[in-house]
Amino acid sequence: MSNVAFSETGPARKNWVERLGIGHILLALFLLIYPLIASDFFLTTIGGYSMVLGMIALSLMLLAGYGGMVSLAQMTIAGIAAYVIAIFGENNSNVHGFGWPWWIAAPLGIFLAAVFSALFGWIAVRTEGIYTIMITLAIATAAFYFAQQNYTLFNGFPGYSGLRAPEAFGVYWREPVPFYYLCLSCAVIAYAAVLYGSRSTFGLTLQAIRDNPRRMRAIGYDVTAHKVFAWFLAGIIAGTAGVLLAWFNGRISPGTISVGPAINILIIAIIGGLRHPIGPFVGAVVVVLMQTFAIDIVGAERFNTLIGLFFLVIVFISPDGILGLWDRFKPAPDRDSWHSRPDGTGV
Amino acid sequence: MEHNVAASRLQGTGAHALELEGVARHFGALVALTGINMRIAPGERRAVLGSNGAGKTTLFNTVTGDFLPTAGRIRFFGEDITELAPHERIRRGLRRTYQISQLFTNLSVLDSIYLACRGVSRRRFSLLRPSVSDPNMAQAESIMHAVHLDADRDKLVGTLSHGQQRQLEIALALAGAPRFILFDEPAAGLSPTERRDLVAILNALPKYIGYIIIEHDLDVALRVSEYVSMMHNGKLFKEGTPEEIENDPMVQEIYLGGGHG
Repeated sequence: MSNVAFSETGPARKNWVERLGIGHILLALFLLIYPLIASDFFLTTIGGYSMVLGMIALSLMLLAGYGGMVSLAQMTIAGIAAYVIAIFGENNSNVHGFGWPWWIAAPLGIFLAAVFSALFGWIAVRTEGIYTIMITLAIATAAFYFAQQNYTLFNGFPGYSGLRAPEAFGVYWREPVPFYYLCLSCAVIAYAAVLYGSRSTFGLTLQAIRDNPRRMRAIGYDVTAHKVFAWFLAGIIAGTAGVLLAWFNGRISPGTISVGPAINILIIAIIGGLRHPIGPFVGAVVVVLMQTFAIDIVGAERFNTLIGLFFLVIVFISPDGILGLWDRFKPAPDRDSWHSRPDGTGV
Repeated sequence: MEHNVAASRLQGTGAHALELEGVARHFGALVALTGINMRIAPGERRAVLGSNGAGKTTLFNTVTGDFLPTAGRIRFFGEDITELAPHERIRRGLRRTYQISQLFTNLSVLDSIYLACRGVSRRRFSLLRPSVSDPNMAQAESIMHAVHLDADRDKLVGTLSHGQQRQLEIALALAGAPRFILFDEPAAGLSPTERRDLVAILNALPKYIGYIIIEHDLDVALRVSEYVSMMHNGKLFKEGTPEEIENDPMVQEIYLGGGHG
């Protein structure tokens, strides 16, 4: 591990191919030309939806992988942004729907999601380990029942439907190809931001807090404030995904933020791996493919069993998820490349 | 030097680096500290000795804010810090090391020291990567050199030897312009060579940095301190110069064993 970023006498400056890493470049090329080879179904229901779920799981990876805070409330946070879109934007449920333009409603949704995320974090950071999981599960459950029973704000059980993705720059962004590229852009920005941020001062701070919060206090850090800020940042990512989710589904209801989907996000993150920001996206693709096609293999009543068994096998074989398997089986010289390296090249 | 320290202690004028006034700490029925009065002048180097369970580490934890005192006041350079959060005390120039190393096992040596430097500066929430020209990074490099960890700068802390981890403990305490440091058994588990290095590091500290050192190894403790306080059962019971303490029959009886010296 050479810390070239900090070294004045380190190796010669890398060119852009080396800095990005060949893995990143190949992946980017594939994702860019994917619409040329994929059907509309594979573009949106597999591609776009995987990236949305991947972003929500990425927000969990940020908290859990770097901050040691496992949250089950990430779907709830995404749901807050989706509800804001429904309430302040347009819907056909005849409740609220103020008709604000997307360029106000979407940022507002993301901002409010981040604020609520920070609030959830402020509550959750008083606990550690299993208790953080329990308190965030409690928050997710409470939010689900509140949304289901409150008709004044959340329109209760049916929620809101008729949410439309924007038409901007002459493009309807829910069309398969534009929606795919919209999701891809957001996912890439979120991924790159987390990867870059992992080596930022705040990223290092978060990882140090994960390792030893007591010591962090003893070198001058307000541990609670830093953890809450991490929740705020995770809320921006989850909120962005929530906006895309609202546009993807065209609706938002309590079912979207119920306990099942909340746990799915954790399963996605763990199947993919929590050590590197690519893990949640890998997990999301695998889980979405399984959710979509397991029914064809084992029937509608058994597909969750298949996903559960796959989860058990992954956890049993590799606690670090699919990234851990990759590390184990790839050629020895490249091992550990999924770690966030000091110079940020992780593939 | 001892006379100067004693004189400054007796003068009672001006702010002391650390002043404890009637500090007590109880854990339920257990009295870990009681009636601790201590005044330490700026730049003074004090050893606190005592048997296991005497309350030495509890004293440190109370000063750093890990525990709030049950009674009494703590002042740091004249400011009452009794109720301050731990990180606020650190930002005022107080530092500590731990008896059992408290480090960031998945970070590199340089990153750990960099964070310690950054912890008392602004922009702790920066989302930018530290640049080569970052003054905190330059300070981290300098401290890393001072504790002889240059060769291990990029190693993960979890892979360091015990001795190197103890050196890193000290490095974290030296970061970010400390004014006063609490060393909790820094020589624990070190080899004779590493102990010599430790003594050299402590003696090379700038004169304005005062400290309290808890240390069971008297050879180390008495070589790096100007004044000694003895603790027993949560109380301070004897204070003096290293020579006075070493030759005190009561100290020998209680702490060193009757046959010592």
